[in-house]
Amino acid sequence: MATTIQVTVNGKVHSHEVDPRTLLVQYLRDVLGLTGTHIGCDTSNCGACTILVDGKAVKSCTMLAVQADGCEVKTIEGMAEDGSLHPLQEGFREKHGLQCGFCTPGMIMASADLLSRNPNPSEQEIREGLEGNFCRCTGYHNIVKSVQYAAKKISEQEKVAQ
Amino acid sequence: MTNYIGKAVRRVEDKRFITGKGRYTDDITLPGMAHAYIVRSPYAHARIISIDTSAAEAMEGVVKVYTGKDIAESGINGIPTGWQVNFKNGDTMKEPPHPLLVADKARYMGDAVAVVIAENREIARDAADMVEVEYEELPAVAGPKKATKDGAPLVHDDAPNNLCFDWELGNPKAEVDEALDRSHHITTLEFTNQRVVPNAIEPRSAIGHYESASDKYTLYTTSQNPHLTRLLMCAFVLGIPEHKVRVVAPDVGGGFGSKIFHYAEEALMIWCSQRLNRPVKWTADRSEAFMTDAHGRDHVTKAEMGFDKDGKITGLRVKTYANLGAYLSTFAPCVPTWLHGTLLQGLYTTPKINVDVTGVFTHTTPVDAYRGAGRPEATYLLERLMDTAALEMKMDPAELRMKNFIPPFDGVEQPGYQTQVALQYDSGNYHGVLERALEMAGYDDFRKEQEKARKDGKLLGVGFSTYIEACGIAPSAVVGALGARAGLYEVGQVRVQPTGTVSVYTGSHSHGQGHETTFAQVVADRLGIPMENVEIIHGDSEAVAFGMGTYGSRSLAVGGSAIMKSLDKIIEKGAKIAAHTLEASEEDLEFAEGKWTVKGTDKSVGFGDVALTAYVPHNYPEGLEPGMDFSSFYDPANFTYPFGAHIAIVEVDKDTGKVSLKRFIAVDDVGNVINPMIVDGQIHGGLAQGIGQALFEGAIYDENAQLTNGSYMDYTMPRADDLPSFELDRQVTPCPHNPLGVKGAGEAGTIGSTPAVVNAVMDALSPFGIKNLEMPLTPERVWRAMNS
Amino acid sequence: MAGDELLILFNYLNCKTMIPNKFDYHRASSVDEAISLMAQHGMDAKLLAGGHSLLPAMKLRLNQPGVLIDIGRLDELRYIKKEGNELVIGAGATHDDIAHSAAARSTFSMLSEAADLIGDVQVRNKGTIGGSLAHADPAADWPAVMLAANAQIELRGPNGARTVAAADFFTGFFMTALEDNEIITAIRIAEPPKGTGSSYQKFMQPASRFAIVGCAAAVTVDGGVCQKVSIGFTGLADGAFRASNVEAALTGKKPTEENIAAAAQLAGEGVMPMSDHFASEEYRLHLARVYAARALTAAVR
Repeated sequence: MATTIQVTVNGKVHSHEVDPRTLLVQYLRDVLGLTGTHIGCDTSNCGACTILVDGKAVKSCTMLAVQADGCEVKTIEGMAEDGSLHPLQEGFREKHGLQCGFCTPGMIMASADLLSRNPNPSEQEIREGLEGNFCRCTGYHNIVKSVQYAAKKISEQEKVAQ
Repeated sequence: MTNYIGKAVRRVEDKRFITGKGRYTDDITLPGMAHAYIVRSPYAHARIISIDTSAAEAMEGVVKVYTGKDIAESGINGIPTGWQVNFKNGDTMKEPPHPLLVADKARYMGDAVAVVIAENREIARDAADMVEVEYEELPAVAGPKKATKDGAPLVHDDAPNNLCFDWELGNPKAEVDEALDRSHHITTLEFTNQRVVPNAIEPRSAIGHYESASDKYTLYTTSQNPHLTRLLMCAFVLGIPEHKVRVVAPDVGGGFGSKIFHYAEEALMIWCSQRLNRPVKWTADRSEAFMTDAHGRDHVTKAEMGFDKDGKITGLRVKTYANLGAYLSTFAPCVPTWLHGTLLQGLYTTPKINVDVTGVFTHTTPVDAYRGAGRPEATYLLERLMDTAALEMKMDPAELRMKNFIPPFDGVEQPGYQTQVALQYDSGNYHGVLERALEMAGYDDFRKEQEKARKDGKLLGVGFSTYIEACGIAPSAVVGALGARAGLYEVGQVRVQPTGTVSVYTGSHSHGQGHETTFAQVVADRLGIPMENVEIIHGDSEAVAFGMGTYGSRSLAVGGSAIMKSLDKIIEKGAKIAAHTLEASEEDLEFAEGKWTVKGTDKSVGFGDVALTAYVPHNYPEGLEPGMDFSSFYDPANFTYPFGAHIAIVEVDKDTGKVSLKRFIAVDDVGNVINPMIVDGQIHGGLAQGIGQALFEGAIYDENAQLTNGSYMDYTMPRADDLPSFELDRQVTPCPHNPLGVKGAGEAGTIGSTPAVVNAVMDALSPFGIKNLEMPLTPERVWRAMNS
Repeated sequence: MAGDELLILFNYLNCKTMIPNKFDYHRASSVDEAISLMAQHGMDAKLLAGGHSLLPAMKLRLNQPGVLIDIGRLDELRYIKKEGNELVIGAGATHDDIAHSAAARSTFSMLSEAADLIGDVQVRNKGTIGGSLAHADPAADWPAVMLAANAQIELRGPNGARTVAAADFFTGFFMTALEDNEIITAIRIAEPPKGTGSSYQKFMQPASRFAIVGCAAAVTVDGGVCQKVSIGFTGLADGAFRASNVEAALTGKKPTEENIAAAAQLAGEGVMPMSDHFASEEYRLHLARVYAARALTAAVR
């Protein structure tokens, strides 16, 4: 029994018929071709598939595509706006917050949720805020630095905007 | 002058990863592609009585189901081993067949029994439930020492007592026995260096694509080592001519060793694709990855170290049972032997060493190289012995090390250091790294703080680890003599385009290491051109002439050196062209900052002009070939030997036994550094994995050899909030025998950190009289020790 | 299990994967519609709220419902409000909603503490309190807190609504008083008397982040004496439970370190503890004592 869904992904409206058992991550990867969202486990632990749904970080492997009907979804592909990198993307590059890149999209999206709640997190708050995301390459050291970089950059941008 | 080397140049590859444009194997979809799901044995040891695929094959959307019988009937071979270690008596090691799908018996939980191919992943998954396999469950054994006992269930009928090989290195055992007998003190440790699961966050994946019109095959695979995969798959498994096969390892999401090896699923996808004449993709689930990615470590060891009354080491005797799993993975026999026994000199002047290793089959997932591979096991053994000995002899563990360190040597003025276990260290200054680490830790102050904390009922501990590793396994002739069935050189091709831009083709493979940046820094500096003009190409057997891949911290030391050789050839040829252009003799030219200048004049010609001339050879040296494109094979003269000193500071919760890592200090000497940002990143990641083994990780097999914690719900890996920020510094002792003076940084963190953490916990627990606990140091294990 | 025993096995055991079984999907537009859909599909149907208990089980095919009824969009279930002297939490409130609710925190700080310790950020953003209570995982955090808070759980079914006290709701291993045709609609928690403090303390299973032992404690101190003590445990046994022996031991006593320690010593008495790789029975019982003391100490601070 296929169900029709309409989802806004990175600002673009998509409408598709999907099998109800299709996970949101499969919809993004297989139907929309947005392969920046990765699958690293089958038990909702690794966070590689983290995206924003209505502004909040969720694991897209633990959500059915049908549950996202009518929602605003943001994936890593939608983070850079008008060709300029999001401060988090810039932070991860500047502070070497990634190595193999596989956990990176999920890590950046989880960090986006974190900074939206807490624009100036301490190191401990960053570490706790990323408890749902595994990285096997960096030891998290530079990921913390990357998020700190982004926090600072965002607050500077806001000051300028004011 | 260098513009790039030594600088923290931001990574070239990051742009695609931070924007979601990386291209990993599972991201690839080919027209007409079918999807495979592999049916695996739920039993560690079982006879396959029958398999009924009819219900599955009747399902709509199922393309085909193949079983072990189909594989056996097609006459193809099993997965080969790339290293041979014989029995001490000269008998050839046992090398049982490892078929792509088993027909007779399953030999570990996860052994592949059948493959379902369907129009999509969902149908393949559903159909797998309908493949009816009748098993007769048989007794199984998981522990390596237990498996050698008479009467233990056999993994392979032709390997009595489950022995694959036995092996010995160092001084004659009698000499070591005598040295120990005469010792003032002997420290003995018996322990298991537990089995860990590599857990690259990208699960393995493979796409086989056969095109009948051209009779060509393409394999996309999550490999650290695409050329070796092609060689093994073509020559040993499928018997397909190598020139008909292209192997592509695109972006790969971490490997840590587990993606070096040629896996059955790779050959299976090619085989299925050829039979079905369409592309077929398989991607592992995490649960499948836990069962089938080669695991690491798993040694059962007894180690004894003797000391004289001044604390000088007199001898070392080691007996290890190494678990190889059910089948021999690509480098399995090499890891517990030549990568382990050879490192037992450590940083010390130990005069007599004997190591004896028994390689054992068990009903478990194959074991092979995992970050560090053999060297972490050696380091764990030595460094645990050192801290334990210091405790027993009431000496300071740092002082005990200082007393026993090999004195500094640069490998140029002073010769390399010949160990008792076959190696010759290249260069080292071991006192230097420990002194710096002690200073960073504020060691003297810490001891005071610890004393005070103990009075307040808090358990603080400090642990040391001073390690050495051997990287860039080489040279080929030597490793060949030690059993390698491949050469261990590397290939680097530098192609200069007419406009002076440069494409570099390397046999090294980057899956997080940042070669696209580091290698470009090297090339740009050597040629005096901007980095933007350099592109690094890797991971495609059709683009790169050949390669031995990336592992053993070898990329820059071996792959980088191959590129350097080609750069030398470019500059040499460029000089001929420049001399012609400048109407000067070659000897009068010097090459610097991207141009050839006639010494003592301002007459010069730039790299770009020379490149153009090479491709538009109108006014050109007679007899010189046009073009600028050189390829080199670099076969190193020796291993490289990075080393370092790590200090861990921990606190143990007295009530629960939970260990908190408070600080981690690492001073590493990896030789010259091309990109300090990347090197630090490699150390960080290594530390986290080593700390993971000490405190969290470990595969748990039950009495039926069932893997009982094969998921992220059950297998603990370090998360961001389990670790502190690391405190790093480095010392630089260049490698004397490669052109870049580099030693390798990929494994250092993992090798050094594990014993430092365990030593720190033992130090914290010393008031309880506890000397040794098995890893991982889980809260319950620590609590039990405190309360027993 | 060894020997020549013949076994035929459909590969359910090891065919773990990302992909759930096939099912039909209905999105309910109201609680009433959800109830009538449940009545229509019977045992084959499962309610889907945040999906953070159900979907992981379905991906591993441990749970294979034929019909999912999605109640995740029902605004009528997603609220946290004060009603008279009661805190009312809609069953569709997410863990994250509760973690950041001033009303919840001011009623019992253990509510926000527990919410903040569930899973990870992503899980808290989607997972709901109603879903967690219905699932009744023996290592879940909410049941302990519900017990310590003396929560009333509101259920609705084809025959109307009823209220079940938390103490009667959790009936065993993944078992509750919820009937197959019922839905949890809200949780009601009475405002505690002045002088009440509470805390949730959790010893986490490091991989799954569920509780090895979680202890929720609420203590009302009046006139320097513990007048009322409520303690709920999770993770320890096959279901969450009230530690009435510990409660009794501290009731009427001063909240001193010694009295708390003495009462905490009773934690786990008479309980059949669970056991796994992470914690044996003995260690779980030990942790129960440690965490009872920690929760009580934090509650009276």
